[in-house]
Amino acid sequence: MSERSMQQALNEALAEALAEDPRVLVFGEDVGRHGGVFRVTDDLQRRFGEQRVFDTPLGEAGIVGLAVGLCMQGWRPVVEIQFDGFVFPAFNQIATQISKLRTRTLGAFGLPLTIRVPSYGGIKGPEHHSESVETFVAHLPGIKVVSPSNPAEAQTLLGEAVRDPDPVVFLEPKSRYWARDDSMPSPVGEYASRVVREGADVTLFAWGATVDRCLQSAEFAAEDGVDVQVVDLRWLKPLDVDGISTAAGKTRRAVVVHEAPVTLGLGAELSAVLMERCFGDLLAPVVRVAAPDTPYPSAGLEDEYLPSVDRILLGIQSALDG
Amino acid sequence: MVIVRALNDAAIAMQRQGTLYGFAPCTGQEAAQVGSAVALDMERDFVFPTYREFGAMITAGIKPGELLAHHAGLYDGGVADAAASRVAPLYSVVGATALHATGWAMGAKLDGIGGVAISYFGDGASTQGEVHEAMNFAGVFELPVVFFCQNNGWAISLPTVRQVAGGSVAARAAGYGLAADRVDGNDVIAVREATAAALERARNGGGATVIEAMTYRAGPHATSDDPSRYRDIEEEESWRERDPIVRARELLRERGEADEEFLAAVEAEAAAACEQARRELAETPRPRLADRLQLAYERPPASHQARLDAWIAQEEGIHV
Repeated sequence: MSERSMQQALNEALAEALAEDPRVLVFGEDVGRHGGVFRVTDDLQRRFGEQRVFDTPLGEAGIVGLAVGLCMQGWRPVVEIQFDGFVFPAFNQIATQISKLRTRTLGAFGLPLTIRVPSYGGIKGPEHHSESVETFVAHLPGIKVVSPSNPAEAQTLLGEAVRDPDPVVFLEPKSRYWARDDSMPSPVGEYASRVVREGADVTLFAWGATVDRCLQSAEFAAEDGVDVQVVDLRWLKPLDVDGISTAAGKTRRAVVVHEAPVTLGLGAELSAVLMERCFGDLLAPVVRVAAPDTPYPSAGLEDEYLPSVDRILLGIQSALDG
Repeated sequence: MVIVRALNDAAIAMQRQGTLYGFAPCTGQEAAQVGSAVALDMERDFVFPTYREFGAMITAGIKPGELLAHHAGLYDGGVADAAASRVAPLYSVVGATALHATGWAMGAKLDGIGGVAISYFGDGASTQGEVHEAMNFAGVFELPVVFFCQNNGWAISLPTVRQVAGGSVAARAAGYGLAADRVDGNDVIAVREATAAALERARNGGGATVIEAMTYRAGPHATSDDPSRYRDIEEEESWRERDPIVRARELLRERGEADEEFLAAVEAEAAAACEQARRELAETPRPRLADRLQLAYERPPASHQARLDAWIAQEEGIHV
């Protein structure tokens, strides 16, 4: 396959979903004629019509609440929240409604909806355009959360998310939208993580935007003779606890890397899982390479704030030192 | 309306007796709730209630015992089949479900089924941002929705004058390009006619309507509430003269459409309904927590299921 970007892969996945299932609808802010601020829905309205791909007024609670009602009439909405920080206006719908509706209706109403969210930092965005919201949504029962790291994963996982009978929050690493590669979809189990680089000395756990930085870090570490394994979690809820503990059990040292602030970031849950499953195997405490517990900084300072290759290498060293 | 009032009173008594954990009565709002719900076509319409729609939900076909199972703390949201009954579960985060009504209406319009969504809420919920978004979306997409606001004068302890700027929820409709109707919510015939007109307009592609039914919450906000802390007993008494049931009875007598025999038969029917509701609730099986916990996902991931199974096994060990 020739090289393509994640934006193209996502666009292809949406087109496939629209073609495959006549009940799929795509909507959100500026996703129609405009094709979305990241062009992920480019040309879909022309191809599939204004009934199935349409713009909504600005209002994230409205977009997500509309999707809930559409599910109740048997539609399968795939909505776009324009930026991560704009999830919060819709959070009431996600936390008090979507999380509970299936339980509250004794299974009468499942919600096969997908909420796409361009996520994380790294694009020098203004305030509220660089957030990592995974902890907030992964904490909610009844919701699944997934985040792809490259074009092939993006296509595979978006297809799985749209077909899933449960609500899925799909976190797209916006700093990776335009990076091109020729990665090919390859099968891996349901809700499974993937070892993207085999190694023997230490395992890096990452997802979305940080996977690529972990792979780069692994190359640098290799120059120093450290054999780094990298696991792309893919699904953040559910966590692939078997895959995670197998990987950590093999290297006996683990580092979690994420862009979200450290306190109660997903790294905390991963550390707990590794404590439960691998306590006896681990030779060192689990290391978390994450952001400090502060608001996301101004664009000009984000390179220092985000987990850089340098900080990941320090995390690896820390895990090796025990 | 008489049946709804009697069931309300029975539910309050059941709360006092300890059978229900709590209850939010719709006493005084029977005309607004029954008058609107009776206008629906439950073969194709869909009801989105909040927590005080006991009368509307029963009128739409939900068995009282199925609803009381919610207040008895057995089934959060009640035990009725929401899909088959076309009545969404009651909700306490008011405002959020106005958007579900809008979304459902979009789906119904796309499917061309001629159905209309009715979104029930109160003057309190009307000030939530999601109600604004719901009305705006319904206006932009020209959706078949009836936004049915029962302005009952009080949002728990806050009177309408301090709740609704401008004093009217119906007046907001103009800003969204929606039709509006402000009706005497204690006049059951006026409410039914206003709702029927709004449903007709929606079915014929005329879009959404905001109905503001002016009524009065004659009872407490809920069984845990004491209205004497924030409103005068004189006010409550003045509304008793406008009681929707008293008014309906007088109207029927005036028109010669009901004699004492008929009215007595209605009372007897209400008493029987209360008995049946108690029986329905008593016969509702106590759910097993283990079963309830299985409902979170339609396709539960293996790791989720493993954790859940371990939790349940431990729980069952504790309660042997």
